[in-house]
Amino acid sequence: MTDLPPNTTHDPQPRLLYCRCAYAQVVPEDVKDEVLAGLAESGRAFEAVPDLCEMAARRDPQLQQLASEAGPLRIAACWPRAVRGLFSQAGAALPKEGVEIHNMRTDAAADVLAGMQAASPASSPSGDTP
Amino acid sequence: MIATPTPPRVVLYEGPGAEPMEAANRRELFARLLDRGYAVTLAGQGSSATPPLATVIVLGRFHGAPPAVESAEGAVCVRDITGEAVEQTVEAVEAARGTRQMNRPPAAAAATGGETWKPWFPVIDMDRCTNCMQCLSFCLFDVYGVSETHHLQVENPANCKVNCPACSRVCPDVAIMFPKYHAGPIDGAPVSESDVTREKMKVDISALLGGDIYAKLRERSAEAKSRFSRERSADQALAERRRCLKKLADAAAIPQEVLDALPSPEEIQRRAAEAAARAEAARAAAEAAT
Ligand code: SF4
Ligand code: SF4
Repeated sequence: MTDLPPNTTHDPQPRLLYCRCAYAQVVPEDVKDEVLAGLAESGRAFEAVPDLCEMAARRDPQLQQLASEAGPLRIAACWPRAVRGLFSQAGAALPKEGVEIHNMRTDAAADVLAGMQAASPASSPSGDTP
Repeated sequence: MIATPTPPRVVLYEGPGAEPMEAANRRELFARLLDRGYAVTLAGQGSSATPPLATVIVLGRFHGAPPAVESAEGAVCVRDITGEAVEQTVEAVEAARGTRQMNRPPAAAAATGGETWKPWFPVIDMDRCTNCMQCLSFCLFDVYGVSETHHLQVENPANCKVNCPACSRVCPDVAIMFPKYHAGPIDGAPVSESDVTREKMKVDISALLGGDIYAKLRERSAEAKSRFSRERSADQALAERRRCLKKLADAAAIPQEVLDALPSPEEIQRRAAEAAARAEAARAAAEAAT
C-alpha cells in the first residue's frame, strides 16, 4: 500500500460525506447517531467530518478536494442551501449537478440513510432534498 | 478564516492486508473521534473516499507489519489497533497529534481543557445575493469584505459575534444564513415569498428607528452619556442605555451581550463610516466593471 485510500478516482459509486454537526445541536442527536451507525455498519467507504461549518470557517482543504473531485457526491448534513453556501465560503463551490444533500435536521434517519445508500441518484435535478 | 490549523485526519483502513473492525466498534470509534473534532475516513472496501491532505493518522488491524504509507501531503503516522479497545485507540490518536493546536467541540474542550470556538458566521446564498453591500455597511466588526472581482465575501468569520444574526435582518434579499440558527430561513431553510416581504419590513423598521440602526445606537448612547454627566451616576446611565437599546435589540434580534460589548459611540461612528465608505467603493467598482 502506498497511497491512502486506494482506488480513489475512477469509482462510479457516489462518494459519501457525513457531517456530525459537533459544535452545536442543530441536528437531532438521535438522527445523527442513527445515520452514522448505518454508514459505519455498512462497511462501505465514507468520509465523516466533525462540523462542516467549522471547516468552512477554516477553509479546510478537504472541502476543496471534495468539491472538485469527479463523480457523484452524497452529503448527510442539514439544509442544502446552507451546505452549498458553506462550500462556497470555503472557496469550494459544489457543482450544480451530481451532488445530493440529505437533511438530517428535518428528515428521519431512515430516509437519510436510504438516500445515502440508494442504488440510483435522487430524481430532482440537483438531488438536493428537500 | 480562523487561525486554528487544520487538525490531523484519521483514516481507518480496512482494505487488503487489514482486518475489518466489528461494526459496533467501528461506529463507536467514528463517533468518539468526530466528537473530539477529528475528521475520519473509512477506507478500503470499495473505496470511493478522498485521499487525505494534511497530517494523517492511519489506523488498521493489519496482518503482520503495518504497511509503509504515503499521503498526498503532510506527515503520516500508522498504528496497528489489533486487539485495542476503542478508548485506547482514541487516546493514541490524541497522543499522535502531539502539541498541535486544534479547535474542539464544546464537550471535548470541557473534557480535555482545549479551546472551543463555535463556528458562527454569516454564510451567503450566492444565488440570492445581489451585491448591494448593505451587510458590509452594517457590520462594525469587519466580518465582510470585497473580493478581487468586487463581490461581497465573508472575510473574517471569527470576528462575528456568536449568536448574533443581526446582519441577516438587513439583507433585503434574504441571502444571509447562519446555519446554526434555530429557525428558518436564517438557518438555510428555503425562502418563501412571505419571508422576503417580512425581511424587507425589518429593513424598514430599522430605517424608521433612525435612518440606520447604528445612528440610533449612537443617539441613544449620547443621550445616556449626557444624562450621565448631569446625574453623575454611572449605574443610572447604564440602566438608561440598556433600556433604550433593548428596543433596538428586539427589532434586529441583536443579543444583549453583543450590545453590551459594543465600542464607544465615537468608535461606532468611526467604524460605521469606514464600512459605509468601503461598501460605496465596492459598489462603484462593481458597476464600473459591468
Ligand atoms: S453544515 Fe449543517 S449539519 Fe453540518 S455543522 Fe453546519 S449546521 Fe451542522
Ligand atoms: S445585504 Fe444581502 S444581497 Fe446585499 S450584499 Fe449583503 S448578502 Fe448580498
